[in-house]
Amino acid sequence: MTDLVNLTIADALDLLNKKEISSVDLTKAHIAEMEKGRVLNAFITETPDLALEQAKASDEKRANGSTLGALEGIPIANKDLYCTKGVRTTAASKILSNFVPPYESTVSQKLKDAGTVMLGKLNTDQFAMGGSTLTSYFGVTKNPWNLDLVPGGSSGGSAAAVSAGLCMGATGSDTGGSIRQPASFCGVTGIKPTYGRCSRYGIVAFASSLDQAGPMARTVKDCALMLGAMAGADDKDSTVADMPVPDYTQALTGDIKGKKIGIPKEYRLDGLNEDVQRIWDKGIQLLKDAGAEIVDISLPHTKYALPVYYIVACAEASSNLSRYDGVRYTTRVDGNSLDEMYENTRTDGFGDEVVRRILLGTFVLSAGFYDAYYTRAQRVRRLIYNDFVDAFKQVDAILVPAAPTPALSAEDMKNMKPVDVYAGDVFTTPASLAGVPGLSLPIGLSQNGLPIGLQVIGKHFDENTVFQVADVLEKMANFDKTPHRVKG
Amino acid sequence: MYTIEGKTGKWELVIGLEVHCEILSKSKVFSGASAAFGGEQNTQVSFIDAAFPGMLPKVNEYCIEQCVKTGMGLNAQINKYSRFDRKNYFYADLPQGYQISQLYHPIVGEGFIEVTTADGTRKIGVERLHLEQDAGKSIHDMHPSKTLIDLNRSGVGLMEIVSKPDMHSPEEAGEYLRQLRAIVRALGTCDGNMDEGSMRCDVNISVRPVGETGLRARAEVKNVNSVRFVMHAIEVEANRQIEIYENGGTIKQETRLYDSENGETRSMRTKENANDYRYFPDPDLLPVVLTDEYIENIRKNLPELPEVKKKRYIEQLGLPEYDAGILTADNETSAYFEAAAKGHDAKKVANWVMGDLFAYLNKECLPITKSPISSENLGALVGLIEDNTISGKIAKDVFVFMIETGKTPAEIVEEKGLKQTTDTGAIEAIIDEVLAANPDKVAEIKAGKDKLKGWFVGQIMKASQGKVNPAMANELLNKKLQ
Repeated sequence: MTDLVNLTIADALDLLNKKEISSVDLTKAHIAEMEKGRVLNAFITETPDLALEQAKASDEKRANGSTLGALEGIPIANKDLYCTKGVRTTAASKILSNFVPPYESTVSQKLKDAGTVMLGKLNTDQFAMGGSTLTSYFGVTKNPWNLDLVPGGSSGGSAAAVSAGLCMGATGSDTGGSIRQPASFCGVTGIKPTYGRCSRYGIVAFASSLDQAGPMARTVKDCALMLGAMAGADDKDSTVADMPVPDYTQALTGDIKGKKIGIPKEYRLDGLNEDVQRIWDKGIQLLKDAGAEIVDISLPHTKYALPVYYIVACAEASSNLSRYDGVRYTTRVDGNSLDEMYENTRTDGFGDEVVRRILLGTFVLSAGFYDAYYTRAQRVRRLIYNDFVDAFKQVDAILVPAAPTPALSAEDMKNMKPVDVYAGDVFTTPASLAGVPGLSLPIGLSQNGLPIGLQVIGKHFDENTVFQVADVLEKMANFDKTPHRVKG
Repeated sequence: MYTIEGKTGKWELVIGLEVHCEILSKSKVFSGASAAFGGEQNTQVSFIDAAFPGMLPKVNEYCIEQCVKTGMGLNAQINKYSRFDRKNYFYADLPQGYQISQLYHPIVGEGFIEVTTADGTRKIGVERLHLEQDAGKSIHDMHPSKTLIDLNRSGVGLMEIVSKPDMHSPEEAGEYLRQLRAIVRALGTCDGNMDEGSMRCDVNISVRPVGETGLRARAEVKNVNSVRFVMHAIEVEANRQIEIYENGGTIKQETRLYDSENGETRSMRTKENANDYRYFPDPDLLPVVLTDEYIENIRKNLPELPEVKKKRYIEQLGLPEYDAGILTADNETSAYFEAAAKGHDAKKVANWVMGDLFAYLNKECLPITKSPISSENLGALVGLIEDNTISGKIAKDVFVFMIETGKTPAEIVEEKGLKQTTDTGAIEAIIDEVLAANPDKVAEIKAGKDKLKGWFVGQIMKASQGKVNPAMANELLNKKLQ
């Protein structure tokens, strides 16, 4: 049975279709693994009964020859930012700790429609604000490669669960690197698609102009399969592109001869972590070996990405989180006046990092500061966008690190200054601001045996090339993604 | 020019109006929930309106069209590019914690409304029209210690129409508001019912000594909900400001609340403790981009505007300006009038509509759409006068029978035998009778007292129970007296 939790989604689908295994078998194996893996604290809410019910229904569909979904019978889990009808959705916060949505997010609904089985809801940084899950009201998730380390974040629960085999794939969401960085920390693969590729409807909003749903899994092909089910037009979200969704697995040709891959000089930071530099160089070499042409490029406004990101994201967050006011569905802490109730409710319900970002965002939007911060940040964001558009006139894809370091220790991170923590997003925020797709996949290990990922960035809506390049890199790197399994 | 006489001299008023018009639309501006007025509390609320986590607004294209139409009614610039901004503030009936509005790029730019008062006709500038969402309602008087929230109104589309500070008298402001209401009603973009709150008005008022040109600090008087109250609030607030100035005080920019019961305005908040709304572009919504084709298509199908209709009534139907103004105040009245006037003398029909019909409807508190006399029947009544079937006097009686029975005037005339006598012999017989009964008066006429002829006509009418055509009676009487 244990073998079932080592399968890729693609292989599992094969076995299911050949009726060699059932979805119930697969689901039971993962439920058992989920229970053994509780030491990781990857799940906020486990839904084993629901999962078994869905698995049974899926098996019945297969047995009686009904039309099957693209991911029929595959057990996955959702980041706890995705509203799931009838299943508590907390955004890893106290203020939503009792919130049970009466509706389903578009992306999780699409995954349901594709036949997936939901094992539960995964930990994240509170309201996706953080890169470690340390800001979660439900405690930090542990990195399966080393329990003292963080899994990254905000989609840290997703990364850890996929890495440890607790689920075959997971949804994540990425605002400034929240899929790509934890994928790197945990040695899994994750893609932040183009902004506008997946609907945001029903996903608890952090920063609306940056938030994007994406899959995390153990292979590029599994991510391609999942994204195919998650993406597409949605009448409920006006920022989603009304474009057909290609079969991304068709892009996995294994051949990237003649493809031009850009290496931006601005990402070669002074004092960059040696392990990260080594893995980046390795990735470049692998692409050369595969017949790709390496091109030195420039993304001149890269250094402004981090401050621009924190201005824009905090500004939007400060407004997006205003709805958690204790009046309707959030946990309320009463007061002697309306203002006092707001103050009590929000002070009690939000963690420190969320409060910090609301304050930052409120500040940059306030009278007298708006132009200096928000307006200027939007202008620079446009320049960063143009950097990518210009670069893609020369190259087909860009290869950069996903994170400036391997996974950090939870204890160390607790003592870090917020700005130093924010610096961890340096390689992921530019693509977020430009809205281009970025995929993070593990390439090798640090000297301490920790996974390190690289990021393949593509043109707007050209996930195909991203998958194509990443697939070749994955095969050539031949990375052993099995962490030292945690058995409880 | 309207001025207020103070202790120190004459003062002039500077008035601007911000009018919120609820958009007539089946559903709300950013959700599919019903926008109908008067449903049971919290029954017309979607998860979007209640700002549940992860909910996203989606613009209702019909509301955009309604704004464009209204903009055309205001003779205004239609902006091909507009965008939504968030106005951030906390309030219990504002679920999102922000209102989606349009600060930086409104859908409609500058325009004007023509306003006619005793001083003549002036163009009052419109600064802008922008689209925004309404908040819910806080109900403070249903529980001793709690405020209850009704979110039915939350997310209903509003057009905020901001005038320039172009008005200078209560009358002018009142007329602007009436005219604006007539425009939105004619276009079907807002029902204009101020008592139901579907049209609400905030009044900006400042005063200055006659001759001064700059603008002084203004007060914004909130939620004044009838034309009469707007005019009264202006008067009260202007006098308050003048009194303060004349006693050596200064006016602070502030928001005030109009209290119609006590006839005063009260301070709500001063500028110093006003909210910082932290406006910024709403990242959940795309900009609204309109094509020339889209705009022209709306323009082509635009109903006739009150101002245009009024001109047509004056120029083509020959109505006096006063009549034309009244008959074009709303679509229902003008539709009734036009149907009634079809094929008949417009002025005569106007007199009947504005006279006998309005008097009856007012007395019974009936809208014109519930008139017991159909427009066709009223027109037919005028037709009977025109073709000499009945006299104007008899027509008044027929009108009353029409109300009572709903029958056509022809039926009533037939049944009651009210048809006017045009038989010369019969009329002559009556004249002879009257002349024979009054030989002394006949002698007086023959002696030159011509005025008595009128008295004779009256007697003839009386003797015939009004059924003689007065013109014929006159003519035949003259012949007899020659």
